[in-house]
Amino acid sequence: MTSPGTPVLEVADLRVEFRTDEGRVQAVRGVSFQLNRGEVLGIVGESGSGKSVTSLAMMGLLAGSARVSGSVRLHGTELLGASDKALSRVRGQSIAMIFQDPMTSLNPVYPIGYQVAEAIRAHHDVSRDAAAKQAVQLLDAVSIPNPAQRVDNYPHELSGGMRQRVVIAIAMANSPEVIIADEPTTALDVTVQAQILDALRTAKDQTGAAMLLITHDLGVIAGQADRVLVMYAGRVVEAGTVEEIFYAPRMPYTLGLLGSQPRLDMRRQRLHPISGAPPSALNLPSGCPFAPRCPLAAPVCEAEEPPLTGAGGHLSACHFSDQLVGLEPADLFRPVSQDTTL
Amino acid sequence: MPDQEFRVAQCSQTQLVARRFRRHRLAMVSLVVLLALVLLAFVGGWLWKYSVADLTPDESVPPSWDHPFGTDAAGHDTFAQVLRGTQISIGIAVLGAVVATVVGTVWGATAGYYGGRLDTAMMRIADLVLTLPFLAVAAVLGHNLGGSWWLIAAVIAGLYWAYVARVARGVVLSLREKEFVEAARAIGAGDARIIFRHLVPNAFSSIIVNATVLVAIAILLETALSYLGFGVRPPDTSLGLLVSDAQTAVDTRPWLFFFPGLFIIVIALTINFIGDGLRDAMDPQQTRMRR
Amino acid sequence: MLAYAIRRMLVSVPILVIATFVVFVMVSLSGDPLSELKTRNPPPPPRTLQLEAHRLHLDEPLLARYWHWITGVFHGDFGPSVQSTQVIGPELAHRFLVTFRLIGVAMLLALALAVLVGVVSAVKQYSATDYTFTFFGFLFLAMPSFWFAILLKEAGISFNDTVGNQVLFTIGDSSVYVEGGTWASITDVLGHMILPTILLALLSFAAWSRFQRPSMLEVLNTDYVRLARAKGLRHGTVMTRHALRNALIPLVTVTALDLGAIISGAIVTENVYQWRGAGSFLLESIRHDDAYAVAGWLLIAATFIIVFNLAADLLYAVLDPRIRYA
Repeated sequence: MTSPGTPVLEVADLRVEFRTDEGRVQAVRGVSFQLNRGEVLGIVGESGSGKSVTSLAMMGLLAGSARVSGSVRLHGTELLGASDKALSRVRGQSIAMIFQDPMTSLNPVYPIGYQVAEAIRAHHDVSRDAAAKQAVQLLDAVSIPNPAQRVDNYPHELSGGMRQRVVIAIAMANSPEVIIADEPTTALDVTVQAQILDALRTAKDQTGAAMLLITHDLGVIAGQADRVLVMYAGRVVEAGTVEEIFYAPRMPYTLGLLGSQPRLDMRRQRLHPISGAPPSALNLPSGCPFAPRCPLAAPVCEAEEPPLTGAGGHLSACHFSDQLVGLEPADLFRPVSQDTTL
Repeated sequence: MPDQEFRVAQCSQTQLVARRFRRHRLAMVSLVVLLALVLLAFVGGWLWKYSVADLTPDESVPPSWDHPFGTDAAGHDTFAQVLRGTQISIGIAVLGAVVATVVGTVWGATAGYYGGRLDTAMMRIADLVLTLPFLAVAAVLGHNLGGSWWLIAAVIAGLYWAYVARVARGVVLSLREKEFVEAARAIGAGDARIIFRHLVPNAFSSIIVNATVLVAIAILLETALSYLGFGVRPPDTSLGLLVSDAQTAVDTRPWLFFFPGLFIIVIALTINFIGDGLRDAMDPQQTRMRR
Repeated sequence: MLAYAIRRMLVSVPILVIATFVVFVMVSLSGDPLSELKTRNPPPPPRTLQLEAHRLHLDEPLLARYWHWITGVFHGDFGPSVQSTQVIGPELAHRFLVTFRLIGVAMLLALALAVLVGVVSAVKQYSATDYTFTFFGFLFLAMPSFWFAILLKEAGISFNDTVGNQVLFTIGDSSVYVEGGTWASITDVLGHMILPTILLALLSFAAWSRFQRPSMLEVLNTDYVRLARAKGLRHGTVMTRHALRNALIPLVTVTALDLGAIISGAIVTENVYQWRGAGSFLLESIRHDDAYAVAGWLLIAATFIIVFNLAADLLYAVLDPRIRYA
C-alpha cells in the first residue's frame, strides 16, 4: 500500500505513433507525469491533442498498428509491452477506465447487472449470486434508483446518464488504485453532467483511487482536479496545481483556453478566442507547434521547440513564460463579443 | 442559384470518387480486363473470320492458331461461339440489371418516402416476389415465353427489382429524416421533386454499387437458365448453353467446357471487384492502418 | 415476445395467401398443359383433347380453377398431373424431403465456414490469411454453379479412379442396392452426399463470409468491446462472449434471405448429379407443362421460405434484446 502523496502511476516519455496510408502520425510526443495516491489529475486539451490516446496507450488498448514507446509504471511494474495475460490482470483490477460515449460503452445484448458482475468475476473467484449481489450494491452506490430491479434491465432501457453511471459502477467494482475517466461528461447534457461528476466523486471516495480526468471542459477541471496537465499537439505544454493553472498560467495556450471560456460570473465580458486551428498531426511544424497561433511568437519559437521546465512543480513549455506573469487573456488575444449575433 | 450549386458540388464529388477508385488497384485492373473482354466480344466477334454458324471442316480439334478455342464435333469454331455467347450474356445481364435498378429504385424510394400504408402495400408486393426461388420462376417463365434475349432480360428484371426496391427504401428511410429534406420542403418543393432531385442523388452511391453487383448476379442467373434449357435457345447461343453442350465432353474435349466457364467467371469476378472498388471509393472507411 | 411472434405471423399469412394466387395465375397463364398432347404424332382426336382438358379443369374459368386448387391443397390434393399416373402431393413430399436433406447439411456447413472465414479475416485484417480468404470468397461468388458442379463431378470421378474405389458418387442420392446393413447404407448415402453438399456449401458461404467480415470488423471496433478489454477480460473471452455474440446476429437474417438462392442452387445441383429431389421434379414438370405440379412446387417452396424467414425473425429477436423490447 502506498502512503498518501506517493506516486501510484509514473509515466515517462510516452510516445505513440500511428502508421496510416497518409504517413506517420505522431499522436503523443513524449508525455511524462506522475499520479499520486488520492489525487485527481486533470488532462486538458482540444480534440487531437493526444489526451485520449495517452490514456488508451497506458491501458494497452490501442490497435496493433500503434507504436508505443516510453514507460508506464504502476507501483513500479512496467505496463508497456507486458503480455495480454499480465495486462488483463491489471485492467479492471488496478486500473479502471470510463469511456466517453455511454450509449455505446455497454454491450446491448447482456443485462447491466450481468456486465457489472462480469467485472467482478473477471478478477475474483466468486459465485454468480455473490457477484450479482455486489452488482446491486455498486449500482446503488452510483445512485441508480431501484437497483434490485434495474439489475435485469438491458442498456437500451436506460438513459445516457444512467448508462454512464453503470460504467462508473463497473470501474469501481474491484476498488482499483487508478480510475481513468476519458471525457466522462462530454456526451451528456449539462444537467446530467453534475450527477455524473458526483458519481465519479463517490467512486473515488469509496475506492480511495487516484483519478486521471481527461476533458476539454475547463469548468469540469476547475471543479474536480487537484493538479492539471495542459496538452497541445501531443505534448504537455503546462503542468501545475489547479490554482496555478487558472490564476497564474505560464503558457500562452493555457491563457488562450481560459479566455475562450464564457463565464457566468462575468457577464457581458468579451471572449478572447485563439485564432486558427490546431496543427494536423501529420504535418507538425518545426519548433513550438503553437507558434502559428501565438501572439508572442518570435523566430526562436519556430526554430526550437521549448522544453517543459519550471520551478516547484509548475512547469511550462514556452520560451517566454516569464512574460506571462500577471497577464489576462485580454492582454494577449483579440476579443470577440460574447453576445454577437451571427 | 441553388440548382447550379448542387450541380457544381456533384461535379467535384465525381472527380473525388474517380480519384479514389483509381487508387483501388484491384478494381482498376478488373475494369481494364472487363473492358478488354467486352471489346473482344463485341468488336472482335464481329471482325473474326468465322461466325457462329460456320461449319468448318475441322471437327473436334483442340486450340490452335486457326481456332484459338478449338472446335466442336460439328466443326463450329468455339472462339466465335464463345464471343457470341459473351455478347448475348452480357447484353441480357446489363439490360436486366439496368431495368431492375430503375424500376426498383423508383419503387423503393417512393415507398420509403411516403411511408405508412402505401409503403406497406408496396413493400408487401416486393416481399411477395422475394418469397419465390428466382431460378424456379425464371425457368417457368423462360420455358413459355421463348428465348428472345430481351424477354429473358425482362424476366430477370421482373425478379430482381424487388431486391433493389428493398435497398432503395432503406437508404431513403435513413435520408428522409435528414435536414436537407425538411429544408427542401420548407421552400415548397413538391414530393416528386424531393424524391428525384434530392433523395435519389444522395442514394446514388448505394444504387450504383448495387446495380454493378446486380449485373454479375444477372449473368450467373441467365447462364444457369440457359444451361437448363430455359434461357437462350438455338440458333442463338449463350455461355450457359455452351457449357451445357460441353458437359459430356469435359474429359475428351476440355476446351469446349473450360473456355465458356472461364469467361463467365472472369466477367463476374471483375464486375464484383469493380463494385467493391466503387463502394470503397464512394464511401471511404476510416484510413487504413498499416501494420 | 409472444406478442411480437404473433404479430409477425399475422403479417406472413396474407403474403402466403396472395403468393399462392400469384403463383397459380402465373403458371396457368404461362403455358399450355395440353401442348405435349397436341404435339404428338399422329395428333390425337379432338375428343381426347376435350377429355384431357376437362380432367385438368382447363374448361373452367381461371378463378374457379384457383379456388378448386387451393381448397384441394388444404386436403392434401394438389390437383391432377399431366402425367396421369402421378399423384402430385405425395410425390412433392418425397422429393422435397430429399432436397431438404441436401440443403440442410449444406447450409450448416456454409454457416460454419462463413463464420470461421469471416471472423478470422476480421481478426487478422490485412494478413495473408485475410487476403486468401477474401480471394476465395470472391471466386466462389463469381462461380457459375452448374459449371463448378460439373467440374467437381469430373474431379470426383478422377479421384475415384486414383483411389481405385468408388468413394465419391456422382449420380443419384443413393445407390439402388447396398449390401452390408445399416452402416453400409449410411456410408453409401454419405458418399452420394459429399460432392453436392460441398458444392452448395461453397456457393453459399462466399456471400455470407463477405458479409460476416465487415460485421465482425464493425463489432471489433465498438466501445463495448474495448470496455470489455478494459475490464480485464482475457482476449479469448472478449472475442467470444462480446464480439462474436454480437457479430453473429445479422448473419441470421442474411442466411434466411438466402434460402431462395440456395433452393435455386439445389435445382442446378440435382440436375448435374441426377438426384431425384424437388429440383429435378420442378424441371420435369416444367418440361411437361404440368401446371398443377409446378404450382404446387412453387407453393411449397414459398411456404418454406416464409416460414424460415419467420423463424429467423424470431431468432433475431431472441438474440437481440433491443428488438424484443422495442
